[in-house]
Amino acid sequence: MLDDTDRRILRQYQAAPDLPAADLADRAGVTPTTLSRRLDRLRGAGILRGVRGVIHWPSLGYTVEVSLRIQLDKTQPRAFDEFIASAREVPEVLEIQTFLGSVDARVQLIARDMADYQRLYRERILTLPHIADIEALMHVARVKSAEALPL
Amino acid sequence: MIALDEIDRGLIRALAEDAQASAGALGRRFGLSQPACWRRIKRLREAGVIAGARLDLDHAALGFGVTVFLGVKLATKGRVSLEDFERAVSAIPEVQTVEHVLGLYDYRLRVVARDIPDFERVLRRRIMTLPGVGNVEANVLLSEERRPGPV
Repeated sequence: MLDDTDRRILRQYQAAPDLPAADLADRAGVTPTTLSRRLDRLRGAGILRGVRGVIHWPSLGYTVEVSLRIQLDKTQPRAFDEFIASAREVPEVLEIQTFLGSVDARVQLIARDMADYQRLYRERILTLPHIADIEALMHVARVKSAEALPL
Repeated sequence: MIALDEIDRGLIRALAEDAQASAGALGRRFGLSQPACWRRIKRLREAGVIAGARLDLDHAALGFGVTVFLGVKLATKGRVSLEDFERAVSAIPEVQTVEHVLGLYDYRLRVVARDIPDFERVLRRRIMTLPGVGNVEANVLLSEERRPGPV
């Protein structure tokens, strides 16, 4: 379904999502008409879902970022659904993942400072349903963040 | 820190969803003239609130059926080995993100692969051979949800 041209376009596009269309066509070695036709097709097929803006939370005052690794009480049949539904209600939660492995779920949480984190952790996280155990990884630095696929 | 009103917050949410939305279209949505909207977007970008963009791709449709979160503990620590590790791990194409964290692990990696055998190849040949790598824990991603965040 995808050919080398599609892959070349996506590779260049994900390397520089802000590039004007003419420059992107240039880098991918296609004409602007081909580029726009191919991108329309990728969007239509649901392969390219969108181009999302990346919010830099520290510049909005959220300086603390924590990855919470959670084990759920699996004796509760609805543990996953109810945990996820409640975690969604916490505005400071940026990501919710579920896993196969020693960790059941993960929540990415941001806070304004350590006092704010402590409040959120006690009032909004520890009160989430069906948590059996929880571990926190405090974010220090982002070394690589492009999230590109090796196309 | 940048002061935001309700319209700015709406613009941040809209740009997080679609980084390429035009100032004209956003202006109509938020009751602003095109130039007024453009000035607000420019201010948000200059303040670093919107830090670039990211392609939202259907990984499975592109042949990447497996995403694994890895927790990596370094065996030997020291300034040199941290930098060596970071440089080497960032160069692996299948590694999408690298975060330096404090806690049970030193680094958190997000790795994509075509399938489980492909992941095993990446883990054995590329991750386990990294300089200074110690204990590695893998959790296979089952579901993921990104939330808009507190804006």
